[in-house]
Amino acid sequence: MIPALPDPMVLASAVSTRDRLALAQALNLLDDRRPAARQCAAAFLDALPVEKLDAGGHLIGITGPPGAGKSSLTAALIQVWRRRGLKVAILAVDPSSPISGGALLGDRLRMHASGADREVFIRSLACRGEFGGLSAEVWPMSLAMLAAFDIVLVETVGVGQKEIDVSKMTDTTCFVAQPASGDSIQFLKAGIMEIPHVIVVNKEDIGMAARKTLSELKTTLGRRTDADGWHAPALSASAALGSGIDALADALDSHRHWLLERGQFAARRQRCQAEWLVKHLREEFGRYGINRLGGENTLFAELASAPRRSPIAAYEDLRSRVIPNIQ
Amino acid sequence: MTTPIKRDKPWLMRTYSGHSSAKASNELYRTNLSKGQTGLSVAFDLPTQTGYDSDHPLARGEVGKVGVPIGHIGDMETLFDQIPLGQMNTSMTINATAAWLLSLYVAAAERQGASPAQLQGTTQNDILKEYLSRGTYIFPPQPSVRLITDIIAYTVKNIPKWNPTNICSYHLQEAGATPTQELAYALSTAIAILDAVRDSGQIGAEGFEQVAGRISFFVNAGIRFIEETCKMRAFGEMWDKLTQERYGVQSEDMRRFRYGVQVNSLGLTEAQPENNVQRIVLEMLGVSLSKKARARAIQLPAWNEALGLPRPWDQQWALRMQQVLVFETDLLEYGDIFDGSPVIAAKVKALVDGATEEMARVQEQGGMVQAIESGYVKRQLVTSHTERMRAIEHGSLKIIGLNCYTETEQSPLTGGVDSGIMKVDPRAEREQIERLNAFRAQRNNAEVKAALANLAETARSGANIMPASILCAHAGVTTGEWSQTLRDIFGEYRAPTGIDIPANDDSRGAKAISIRTEVIKTGEELGRPLRLLIGKPGLDGHSNGAEQIAVKGRDVGFEIVYEGIRLTPEQIAKAALEEGVHLIGLSVLSGSHVEMVEDVFNQLSQAGLKNLPVVIGGIIPESDAKLLKERGISAVYTPKDIDMNGIMVDILNLIRKAHDLQPVTVA
Ligand code: B12
Ligand SMILES: Nc1nc2c(ncn2[C@@H]2O[C@H](COP(=O)(O)OP(=O)(O)O)[C@@H](O)[C@H]2O)c(=O)[nH]1
Ligand SMILES: [Mg+2]
Repeated sequence: MIPALPDPMVLASAVSTRDRLALAQALNLLDDRRPAARQCAAAFLDALPVEKLDAGGHLIGITGPPGAGKSSLTAALIQVWRRRGLKVAILAVDPSSPISGGALLGDRLRMHASGADREVFIRSLACRGEFGGLSAEVWPMSLAMLAAFDIVLVETVGVGQKEIDVSKMTDTTCFVAQPASGDSIQFLKAGIMEIPHVIVVNKEDIGMAARKTLSELKTTLGRRTDADGWHAPALSASAALGSGIDALADALDSHRHWLLERGQFAARRQRCQAEWLVKHLREEFGRYGINRLGGENTLFAELASAPRRSPIAAYEDLRSRVIPNIQ
Repeated sequence: MTTPIKRDKPWLMRTYSGHSSAKASNELYRTNLSKGQTGLSVAFDLPTQTGYDSDHPLARGEVGKVGVPIGHIGDMETLFDQIPLGQMNTSMTINATAAWLLSLYVAAAERQGASPAQLQGTTQNDILKEYLSRGTYIFPPQPSVRLITDIIAYTVKNIPKWNPTNICSYHLQEAGATPTQELAYALSTAIAILDAVRDSGQIGAEGFEQVAGRISFFVNAGIRFIEETCKMRAFGEMWDKLTQERYGVQSEDMRRFRYGVQVNSLGLTEAQPENNVQRIVLEMLGVSLSKKARARAIQLPAWNEALGLPRPWDQQWALRMQQVLVFETDLLEYGDIFDGSPVIAAKVKALVDGATEEMARVQEQGGMVQAIESGYVKRQLVTSHTERMRAIEHGSLKIIGLNCYTETEQSPLTGGVDSGIMKVDPRAEREQIERLNAFRAQRNNAEVKAALANLAETARSGANIMPASILCAHAGVTTGEWSQTLRDIFGEYRAPTGIDIPANDDSRGAKAISIRTEVIKTGEELGRPLRLLIGKPGLDGHSNGAEQIAVKGRDVGFEIVYEGIRLTPEQIAKAALEEGVHLIGLSVLSGSHVEMVEDVFNQLSQAGLKNLPVVIGGIIPESDAKLLKERGISAVYTPKDIDMNGIMVDILNLIRKAHDLQPVTVA
């Protein structure tokens, strides 16, 4: 008995009421590569409540080099959010073994404190060698989680400059810097790395090295703002001591407010989806495929004004336009 | 006329024991002493070791199983009833809660009329190796180091004959460490602890000599007994140098490497278990042949180590092995028989050099605590253990009866009604809880509250934890209350699992590739990559098997979710649901498998995952294996199942079966 496909409508309404088993099944479905499952997944995503996908919840990306403390900070943030009455879902992306394709999904271990809390839902994902530190499933899965939870946080594997890719598919991106490691500062200075919305130096409990890194980051950032005019704050925290976590949660939330106040929120979500679609196309067809559809700029412009659709259906659509072009 | 031969004094002979209740263990100790055992070695149950009262939900199934439950001063008094603590030498295998159990011991001795200054014995109190192997840690590394330090400072001043800590390399070998790694990590741990004592300012420069002299070690002796002899000589040389150079210890006597031993158990087999007797005797030679590097105390496992807990007769047999060596042979009549041997000297040098190099690597990372927190040391151990398992699987490491010479007659040893192991009375847990409730009912609650408030204040202030803990002991505080007070202040910790190691050559081999191909194919048939949850329910800290299965699983292409030891059945079911796994593999070695499986199944059906296949591995007697299968477990694995590739194919086929797919065969 190969897993039977669920009824997408029933599944979507169960997910919206935060039925945990339904959400688990939905995530399995979004992971399912069989053609019939893709169709079912598209229908499921289309059936999710639009207002939640366009403007609900807060989708946060957390990134930074391995060992900086992303999972530990996430654990600490979960505690703060739970105290504030928010319900939290996590997507934790870990690398796959380049040899076996298998993976060890280890982030849960650090987030264990929320072990029995039913208002916290953690799904791990292997990045399966694709998508530069992300996984193609992240965006559709984020949407399913947004339909049910107040906060959806995506933790990505840090892979040098690519670690910031997640910022293109979230409302707010938080970069966790490792004290005494100059890499992130160099990337920022050189403009290789896009500026995240919030920067936090973790492990302030170790003292000097953390303070030094923080002040270097502050200098580097100066009064620079991102393309939208947001000025990224640099904070200091310790996941181990639980210090600075409330302030971090506040900083993340101010960016959400800022987007909302400027009426940019829904547009940003739509842009996330466009980024995902383009990235996905590039993975599958390379630059050739993108050019077939008129090049990146044209494509983004087209997607910005397109009516909202489930990412899977939209992708299949684009794909079918590339394939005849190839032939 | 013959002059009487002068013989060395025999070492201390112990048997590691304790079970069911303080009363039952007291009876056992008194019989053991009457058989010529010269010291006591207390095994505590897992709730006591991890700081839970017997009625805590996490204690279910574990009370009195692998050791004695000690919940309060009443239990401690019962444990040593009619055993004069002023004269006894008692070793306690206790770590995270060492300060508490020592406090109970001191308080019980005081009630017997013995003063602390008279007490002799050892608290294991090496919490750093708990993160790497033994698993009964509670707090994060920093507060743990502080607790170790407090015990050392307190005993040096007040219980001068006590060995406050036994730095352990024993458990590292049991987790796969090579002799070089044992040397390097045990001595790096010693540095971390001695540095902490020095920096704590609790002991002046003059007292430091004393501190170094009180540090003892707990070491393993494996089957390669010549190399083990060399390892012990290497330990002696390196410790002498370290204490002199790093800490300026003047007195040669205080720089002497003092150690106790439990011989290797990882190599003791479930298959043809009688062969374990030869192994144990040979291993004992490694720590006794060289007079210069001879153990001060030895405890031996029993022939049925890999089957389950030993019965009194099995332990008696182990004790008799020591007595034959000490009293019948001429071992104790000679000086050191290895001095001057160039072969031995060269081997010792190779070990010293290798260990010195690894110690430098640890220091570069900031020391042992940092190297543990980053997962470095644990990864090294898992890597070594993976190599060992692979060598057994391939047959390049020969283990008689397990991977060669496997043909055997029926063993008369395992035939009896008890199948050759000790079974703890299932009523023990309930009765212990009843006694605990009775104890709570008769104590002075105001006094308890005040003692706990004082403990909390002490923990926060950074003052020595011992006096406040001894007050708690007298006031009638319980093990769970003492621990919870400190949990609230210090926080809790989860150690790195160390399984994130690079794939080894085996995973590039033909066999692994064929399995992987099938794993991927089945994943495609089912729509998504196959995922396994490896779960360790309960308080059991035996992680070797789970780690090896996790690494192997990844290497044949599964996506593995493994969150380390000590999970509740509820957490396991929650993770299985959230992670969308295709199968759960439980690993239980502590003997609580029946309760754990029952609880996991209950939680799974509450979560709507009734049909998820579940397998289990560990120390599971045949009769229980049958029972577990009747209750729905799909497969049971025990230490004799060394074909890891075979286990992986089984798991794949169980997943296929759960989805009505035909099994595959892998060439
Ligand atoms: C090594 C060892 C230790 C090490 C553990 C190191 C570690 N991090 O794992 C140390 C020294 C720390 C240790 C400590 C203790 N130990 Co111990 N230990 C053993 C020993 C010698 C070997 C176990 C082992 O690691 N084998 C190697 C691994 C690879 O084998 P395995 O786990 O059996 O796994 C194989 C199969 O069972 C199967 N499998 C296992 N799990 C899974 C899971 C899945 C999903 C699958 C598919 C397969 C599978 O596959 C593996 C491949 O062959 C056994 C006796 C023995 N010889 O078996 C005692 C033993 C398990 N320990 C025992 C005890 C009592 C303890 C203590 C509780 C003592 C005490 N009172 O303090 C302590 C505390 C530990 C704790 N926190 O729980 C008892 C348990 C008694 C019982 N069940 O009735 C045993 C049986 C010894 C005895 N006879 O007394 N121990
Ligand atoms: N000293 C200190 N260590 C931390 C802190 N946060 C995390 N760590 C440690 O850093 C290591 C990596 O943490 P983890 O959260 O897994 O990092 P990730 O790889 O970025 O997800 C672990 O050993 C943590 O114990 C902190 O605030 N202070
Ligand atoms: Mg992480």
